[in-house]
Amino acid sequence: MQIRPVLSALRKHRLATLLITLEIALACAVLCNACFMIAGRLSAMHVDSGVAQPSLGYIKLQGFDSATANDLNARVNSGLRKIPGVQSVSVVNTVPFGQSTANAGVSLEPSFKHNAGVVTFYTAGPGAAKALGLHLVAGRLPRPDEFGTINKYVPDAAQVLVTRALAAHLWPGENPLGKVFWGIGTHFRIIGVLDHLSQPDPAGFGPGQAQWSVFVPAMPGPQLAGSYLIRVHRPADLDRVMTQARAAIRKVAPNVVLDLDQSHTIGYLRHRYFRTDRAMTELLVGVIAALLGITALGIVGLASFWVAQRSKQIGIRRALGATRGDILRYFQTENFLIVTGGIVLGMVLAYGINLLLMRHYELPRLPFVYLPIGALVLWVLGQLAVLAPALRASDVPPVVATRSV
Amino acid sequence: MFAYYLQLGLRSLRRNSVLTALMVLAIAVGIGAAMTTLTVMHLLSGDPLPGRSAHIFYPQVDATPAGYTGTPPHPMDMLDYRSAVDLWRAHHADRQALVADSPVKLQAPESKGPPRMLTMLSTTAGFFPMFKVPFQYGSAWTPADDEGRARVAVISSYLNNRLFGGADSVGHMLLLRNTAVRIVGVLAPWRPSPQFYDVRGGRYAQGNTASFYSRTEDVFTPFFSSLQINDGHFQQFSCWAMPKKPGHLVDSPCAWVGLWVQLDTPAKIHAYRRFIANYARHQKALGRFANTDTRMMSLMQWLAFNHVVPSNVKLQAWLAFAFLAICLFNTVGLLLAKFLRRAGEIGVRRALGASRGAVFSQCLTEAGLIGLVGGLGGLLLTLLGLWIVRHQDTPYADLVHLDLSMLVVTFVLALLVSLLAGTLPALRASRIAPALQLKTL
Repeated sequence: MQIRPVLSALRKHRLATLLITLEIALACAVLCNACFMIAGRLSAMHVDSGVAQPSLGYIKLQGFDSATANDLNARVNSGLRKIPGVQSVSVVNTVPFGQSTANAGVSLEPSFKHNAGVVTFYTAGPGAAKALGLHLVAGRLPRPDEFGTINKYVPDAAQVLVTRALAAHLWPGENPLGKVFWGIGTHFRIIGVLDHLSQPDPAGFGPGQAQWSVFVPAMPGPQLAGSYLIRVHRPADLDRVMTQARAAIRKVAPNVVLDLDQSHTIGYLRHRYFRTDRAMTELLVGVIAALLGITALGIVGLASFWVAQRSKQIGIRRALGATRGDILRYFQTENFLIVTGGIVLGMVLAYGINLLLMRHYELPRLPFVYLPIGALVLWVLGQLAVLAPALRASDVPPVVATRSV
Repeated sequence: MFAYYLQLGLRSLRRNSVLTALMVLAIAVGIGAAMTTLTVMHLLSGDPLPGRSAHIFYPQVDATPAGYTGTPPHPMDMLDYRSAVDLWRAHHADRQALVADSPVKLQAPESKGPPRMLTMLSTTAGFFPMFKVPFQYGSAWTPADDEGRARVAVISSYLNNRLFGGADSVGHMLLLRNTAVRIVGVLAPWRPSPQFYDVRGGRYAQGNTASFYSRTEDVFTPFFSSLQINDGHFQQFSCWAMPKKPGHLVDSPCAWVGLWVQLDTPAKIHAYRRFIANYARHQKALGRFANTDTRMMSLMQWLAFNHVVPSNVKLQAWLAFAFLAICLFNTVGLLLAKFLRRAGEIGVRRALGASRGAVFSQCLTEAGLIGLVGGLGGLLLTLLGLWIVRHQDTPYADLVHLDLSMLVVTFVLALLVSLLAGTLPALRASRIAPALQLKTL
């Protein structure tokens, strides 16, 4: 297939060629960035919370005073344990996808000259680590005598678990076991490393910080009360147990306020946490589909016009011996050249848009891999869109050449 | 002549009904997407206090305690208790109000309902006149109530409807935690967008700022009274060191109180800037502050500083306009094809005496016709889009509606887009040489 005649024919239709090229370039740029954003949202939505989600529910109480906290803990504990199907009830300050309650900056030195980052402190009573189903990759879980009393926010000098991601951030390449860090007016010693435990608000911090959690064993008391983790024997029972748990609270603690917004299964909290990301992903997919549809229509419209306009020339070529395949390939080559031009322009535009987004929305740089994907999609789209007009062109009989019009 | 062009345009559009439908559809979808997102942007980035926002300011000082290192020397988004109360007590502004939020347990002894948790705004009497808060029943408390730590409250119309069925509840009692307070005022429905006086920390929100558009608090109480009523339940914005008792933030090294002031003249604004600068210098001299940085933004500056419009909404607007641009290129291409296909017809018209301008305006009339129909379709799609946004689970869903200005913008945009799309092809069509066309006929 010769490219020269295609190019010189396009030179006769500069304006139309330019328009369709620009349309494809813009479509390519938006396509690459939209795909990249979808991938970002999907990976955020697949954050590993590190807990045994299908078996876990959460009950949050409000409107009680710290003076009555121990009594409340005892009553709720016994009340919830009576529900058939409940394996354990433990006191925790929050759960993944619950309210973000205890974030604080930490440092590797007591003077706090250098802030090493803001992390989430999960304070949790005995049994919580087992109930959550935390997976330890190094070290050990806290012993029963290591659950300290909370004075203000956390027990003093606690023995804690940290996630692998946080350990790698604080001590890159080192064994974190036995290491000490400072924060919330005290220090912490690491006895174990967790595979995963996401922050309650995993997307609320910078990229790569979703797993910056510290698990602090603590005795339930005035500063650790009213927030309970329920683990059931069989996940199938969870919804029933949660309904009964909400009813049980009204019986055992009629004067406190059950936080209906937070008291749900962890699965539901997670689903709700990502609802805007889900909506945005659906929207982006919809935009991409509409975009490709409109672009294809543009190609079909323009190609049909060109076919109609050149039917006489096609007839002459056929009369001079060109096969149907030659005519078909002519229009396919033409489309390929136009789409390629659009893609080249589109890639530059894609990076431009990405730079703009990086500046305004703290999006990471567009990885190179999205460009060939975008190019491939548009090439395929272009060939599919031009197929029908090109086939119609190849059907033009040679006799057209002999007609005067 | 225009009526004739209109007739010609209609006939031509009917001739290629599929192509026409495609062009109308492209414009309608593009306009629908662009106008839906633009309307949401317009509603979320508006001025919550039209005509007054230029006089409302948010003074800040860097209250980092002397001897503390580890944070950059900039004012935090809120003030510590002492600085806030010092500045408020000075009464150097035309009006001033302290604000702090806390969750509180509320019971209405008369309604016999279960206790509920609500957010309480602790503020001072200046809040209501400064922000022109509308009252349905009763009125705000007096400055004397602030200092006298009176047990009074103002409630929202939403809460009044829930507790008292919308009746005049002034004089009734509420139980806030363990303290009985008397209702002195009930607000008329009040829905500032955003809930501007609680905006802070937006730059740390990673663009997830939809919560700035939630409803107002349901209970408003005098600042100093509420410190006693709800002691132990206040939440810090940030702390330089841990407070002695969680939730008890008076005289703690924490930033948790906001101060809003009204300054009516440029001279007063200037004087107030000097006043807070002097205050910070004085506090440093006394050994309380580490730095002397101060900042005072106007309401709209503060909203911009906090990036109040959620980044998802902005992203959607960008996407919609990129989409509209693609629709535009598409329409230009299709119109060009359509007009040039009629080159013979145009050649005849030109040969019969039609001027270039006549051909141009005839083509443009046809393009405008497409734009008008597309705009109508776009309007319907915009209404559909806004209906979808209204049924989404976002704090600003109830704010979303199409106002008159946006309705006009929709049609102007549709017409503009199609005329823009039509200009280039129409120009090309008007430059068709009649002789060449006639020869091939």
